[in-house]
Amino acid sequence: MSLPRDLLLRAYRQMKTIREFEERLHVEIQTGEIPGFTHLYSGQEAVAVGVCEHLSDQDWIASTHRGHGHCIAKGCDVQGMMLEIYGRRDGLCKGKGGSMHIADMTKGMLGANAIVGGGPPIAVGAGIACKIAKCGNVAVAFGGDGSANQGTVFEAMNLAVVLRAPVIFVFENNGYSEHTGASYAVGSGDIAGRARGFGMPAETCDGSDFFAVYDAMAKLLKTARAGGGPATLEAKTTRFFGHFEGDPMLYRAKDEVARHREQMDCLQIFRDRVGKEGWLQSAELDAIDTDVMALIDSSVAKSRAAVPPSASDLLTDVYVSY
Amino acid sequence: MRQISMRDAINEALHLEMARDPRVIVLGEDVSGGAGGTSGQRDAAGGVFGVTKGLLPKFGEDRVIDTPISESAIIGAANGAALAGLRPVAELMFADFLGVCFDQVFNQAAKFRYMFGGKTSCPIVIRAATGAGMNMGAQHSQSMYAMVTGVPGLKVVVPSNAYDAKGLMLTAIRDDDPVIFFEHKALYPRKSDVPEGDYTLPFGEANLVREGEHVTVVAIGRMVSFAEKALDALAADGITADLLDPRTLSPLDDETIYESLDNTGHLVIIDESPPRCSVAADIAGLVASNAFHSLKAPIVQLTPPHTPVPFARELERAYVPGPQAIEAAIRKMLKESRAAS
Repeated sequence: MSLPRDLLLRAYRQMKTIREFEERLHVEIQTGEIPGFTHLYSGQEAVAVGVCEHLSDQDWIASTHRGHGHCIAKGCDVQGMMLEIYGRRDGLCKGKGGSMHIADMTKGMLGANAIVGGGPPIAVGAGIACKIAKCGNVAVAFGGDGSANQGTVFEAMNLAVVLRAPVIFVFENNGYSEHTGASYAVGSGDIAGRARGFGMPAETCDGSDFFAVYDAMAKLLKTARAGGGPATLEAKTTRFFGHFEGDPMLYRAKDEVARHREQMDCLQIFRDRVGKEGWLQSAELDAIDTDVMALIDSSVAKSRAAVPPSASDLLTDVYVSY
Repeated sequence: MRQISMRDAINEALHLEMARDPRVIVLGEDVSGGAGGTSGQRDAAGGVFGVTKGLLPKFGEDRVIDTPISESAIIGAANGAALAGLRPVAELMFADFLGVCFDQVFNQAAKFRYMFGGKTSCPIVIRAATGAGMNMGAQHSQSMYAMVTGVPGLKVVVPSNAYDAKGLMLTAIRDDDPVIFFEHKALYPRKSDVPEGDYTLPFGEANLVREGEHVTVVAIGRMVSFAEKALDALAADGITADLLDPRTLSPLDDETIYESLDNTGHLVIIDESPPRCSVAADIAGLVASNAFHSLKAPIVQLTPPHTPVPFARELERAYVPGPQAIEAAIRKMLKESRAAS
């Protein structure tokens, strides 16, 4: 059954925005203008968007070090994000957070998080707040296959089950935790199975297929929003870049990324599907592509020209008092 | 005025604030207790030290949350609930368990506000039982407050008596920043005058427990009562002291210490944590930098040795600076100072 047209158009726009944001960052990082190190989300867009299309500003997400995609999918301002990544004063976090700490509570975005396994306990807390408010809202904890090996994540999963907190744990299994394969580091190889061991429902889906993610999430959310407690989604996906920008990816077969870009490109898969089904015209999608390119172009141009924080900004926002 | 224990004073603060503010929740291992037990009795513990007793029957399971033994999840959940608009009071049981949740304390709670450009705050209180003296061994007896005092973004409270504990707890819960609240185990049963009803004590204001002329004594937590005993003994010989209880280590009221030193010229700092990178060392450094010319003698830091907290009664007694050691240290300091002048 087809999803509403406006949802399909928005989902494509979001995925395309994430893709262009990241592909452009990959280029701009080479100029040396962007401080620090950056972890790009290209290749995984269908997961962030397939999940977040179900969420409102009153639902929460906790993100990861590879968080740009989650931020965009949850509605964070793209220009504000780009400014932040450039370390500018008008960035979403005044240039004090950077790529790994983008947050916007008004959008229900609890923050990217530079500690693997840092986010899930926080998401459970937001889930507890939703449960107390009895509003039907939920919290989503994003994590990678790497986070599936952190004890803090298991603590969070068990606590969510014990408290029947409305939390969805989304594991984006992109095959690598940093430079180490999931086939080596994830003991059983079955992250969804681990979740079932905690006593919650879990689904596995093709993370390159927006529709697969969207449908799986719909099913899991239905229970969680109705007070049935947590659930887990393991999305099998791939990243088109390294762990961080500059990673020479010596651990990946030479043709792997090219092959994945050919076979696992969620944007192409989406386009093929909506074209085949006759749900959207390719001209509509091309128009979105043009819009998105313009948005990213202007975000980069404004960010390059924007002023950095001033020295006095160093000493504010530590406590409520200063 | 009625006298109640520090345990009951903190309990009263929690009752008052939970009744006043529906956003306040309490969570932790056994904060109520009894869940899943065969007797069916809830509130079976009320915290392992009884500090949260009676909260569950009054405020219900949504707001008084028993958790598994999962410190990272407890503190992390408190953080997330705070970001989502609640005011959680998380019980860590023993301060030593900071070791299993430190990421959520110093990477997460402490930094949200700064990392997110001041657009949010994280109003959590982490309650933790602290200190030696109960023969609980090296993993249940430490005074860990220096480790968190050194982290920007955190506030650190170490009450020395029941009256302060109640007023500081009410301030802590209403504070929009993350607060670590260290409760000395040996002080839980100690009673003092505590008014009924609501009152708050400000952070960053030291309490001048006693006024005197010869020496400034800065004592933290349980060390305040030990210092009072030492000063009682010294009074017989006409030795008097300003006794300062910082009450909060972050923010720290260093100005009051400098003002006192203007009059006394002698500083003794008594701290129950090991000597290196301690709060005593921090205060000594601040005084050396900011009030050096007030000093008439080298600063004395009276702390345990650089060892873990031992178990045996005799060893633990030797570890903790007691009233006699404090008295001796003050006598020695004044004697040497007189000899030198």
